[in-house]
Amino acid sequence: MTAVSTPSDRVSAYFHRKPRLRLGLLLGAPMLWLGLAYLVALGALFVTAFWSTDVFTGNVVTDWSLDNFVTLFSDSVYHTITLRTVGIALLVTVIDAVIAFPMAFAMAKLASPRAQRILVIAVMTPLWASYLVKAYAWRTLLSGNGVLNWLLSPFGGTGPGYGITATVITLCYLWLPYMILPIYAGLERLPDSLVDASGDLGARSPRTFRSVILPLAFPAIVAGSIFTFSLSLGDYIAVKIVGGTSQMLGNVVYDNIGAAGNLPFAATVGLVPVVIMLVYLAAVRRTGALNNL
Amino acid sequence: MKNRKTLFAGLCGVSLLLAACGTSGSDSAGSAPGAQGFTPPKLAALTQLGQAEGQLNVLAWPGYAENGSNDPKVNWVTPFEQQTGCKVNVKPFGTSDEAVTLMKTGQYDVVSASGDASLRLVASGDVEPVNTALVPNYNDVYPFLKNKSWNSVNNVAYGIPHGWGANVLTWRTDKVSPEPKSWSPMFEPTSPFKGKIIAYDSPIYIADAAVYLMAHQPDLGIKNPYALDDKQFAAAVDLLKKQRPQVEEYWSDYLKEAQSLKSADGTIGTAWQVTVNLAKSQGVPIAATVPSEGATGWSDTWMVAAKSQHKTCAYKWMDYVVSPKVNAQVAEYFGEAPANSKACAEFTDKSLCGTYHANDAAYAAKIQYWTTPIPQCLDGRTDIECKDYGAWTRAWTEIKG
Repeated sequence: MTAVSTPSDRVSAYFHRKPRLRLGLLLGAPMLWLGLAYLVALGALFVTAFWSTDVFTGNVVTDWSLDNFVTLFSDSVYHTITLRTVGIALLVTVIDAVIAFPMAFAMAKLASPRAQRILVIAVMTPLWASYLVKAYAWRTLLSGNGVLNWLLSPFGGTGPGYGITATVITLCYLWLPYMILPIYAGLERLPDSLVDASGDLGARSPRTFRSVILPLAFPAIVAGSIFTFSLSLGDYIAVKIVGGTSQMLGNVVYDNIGAAGNLPFAATVGLVPVVIMLVYLAAVRRTGALNNL
Repeated sequence: MKNRKTLFAGLCGVSLLLAACGTSGSDSAGSAPGAQGFTPPKLAALTQLGQAEGQLNVLAWPGYAENGSNDPKVNWVTPFEQQTGCKVNVKPFGTSDEAVTLMKTGQYDVVSASGDASLRLVASGDVEPVNTALVPNYNDVYPFLKNKSWNSVNNVAYGIPHGWGANVLTWRTDKVSPEPKSWSPMFEPTSPFKGKIIAYDSPIYIADAAVYLMAHQPDLGIKNPYALDDKQFAAAVDLLKKQRPQVEEYWSDYLKEAQSLKSADGTIGTAWQVTVNLAKSQGVPIAATVPSEGATGWSDTWMVAAKSQHKTCAYKWMDYVVSPKVNAQVAEYFGEAPANSKACAEFTDKSLCGTYHANDAAYAAKIQYWTTPIPQCLDGRTDIECKDYGAWTRAWTEIKG
């Protein structure tokens, strides 16, 4: 260190000698942000769930009680809504996986590099449009005098109308790109040589698919399912637009905040998807899907 | 105004009872109740207007603060901005509960509150008393709208009456015949409109079922649809649970409802006059009526937020919006009776004031105005506790299933 070094030189020299401090400061800011924005928010949610509201003024009363949890567990309507929501989320995930896999496979293995790029852009295009526009487009399509009924009427059929089926269709449409892209990414990493080796060893295509491609692509499918499952689990807008009279967990949360002003109970209900997702993530952790995200 | 008298008598009874046995009642605020069963926080009204602050955040029912964005022909916000220099930001809300929740954020200066929201806002200290002397147009407001149980506490005004009307029964004239005269097509299990019914998405809709039961099951003894004891409440909830399979969808967004009626996904339902007017203007064959059983309705009040930073603009807005001309514009657009007695002369369609019974105090008394259900029975019964709004809210989730 010479006497002519500027203050900034000295600062950088100091950090050069203390790599741990340097790392700590660099990581500190984003960690602090994550901690505040994510963990503290979750913690606040958890704490709020034990409070209650004054039914008349709607103000939160900070008295500790388990009443909200008792209501949640004892009232059969919340069991029904939870089961319905999980059912819808699972159905959406399965349907999206079934639709997405062949598309992703064609994109990753059959298309030329140029076509691949175009297909990736095509898959992402719906993500550029607003969620609401897409949901309302489905509302129009599914309506009594909508396109779907018009198409089906020559065959004597009618569309599903508004309800759970309509919700599943809409959510499948909305989340499909989130399933295709991880599977595509997973399949693209799968070396062609493995497929060739399987063929050289005498396996026919179905066997190669079953024994080589599917096991290797499975973590990618699970990675996609985390998106579709969690997004469906928390959704309340699609079901509000095309769901008719049905409601999902998100609607109960929304109604308790937006309508009843009962933030504590909304927080209690809001913990349900959190718990379901924690269980789900714990279950899929072993598949290596989390490395695929 | 018989209702009001019985209500007042009943509440006095409750107050006496509570005074006699201390505060052992279910008084949620933990203090001696006033005329409406609670004592509002001590807040002072504005004593004089200052300089306009240049900003005003308005929380309004759709159609109450139009700035031309929904319909370029309808705009009374811009003239206000030009006159006062108060730049107006409008946030529309779909249900009273939403308004109450939004007011808690403290981001809004004025709100157009219906009776089921106003007392909650007063009780929680979110709105403050209004100095009516600073609102010159208040003098022209119909006397039968002033100092009501939903816009005043102990004779202190908490807002400026704006307009009132009924929640009407509406139907597609090409799909529904004969013309319905009763709410029965909405509630009968054998309704021919199964799967085509649209109902309002708010706990307060339970009162609509109670109004129906008042006429069809008199043995339940419902006198006020907002004062339901266990048995009456169970009957109303049960009626709505039976209605649910027949419902096509619940609406809280009037534009979505208008679209439903337009595409004929819903052919009969409960609506506001503004929805009917909107659908009509889009060429939908539609009609509306107040059926024989009567109807729930609203009587709205503009209120000032206690935490408002723009109180001068807020007072200027309240005065402006109940001025004869603007009050007429809003009432005509929304489809309701105006509060200002001089507004009728300003209507472009003079027959509408008759349609909405604008200066008909007797008709106004017949509507069951939205009000917040509280444990003290609003119909005057003191021997029994009524279901409070929390119970209504939980029941509403249960009804929707």
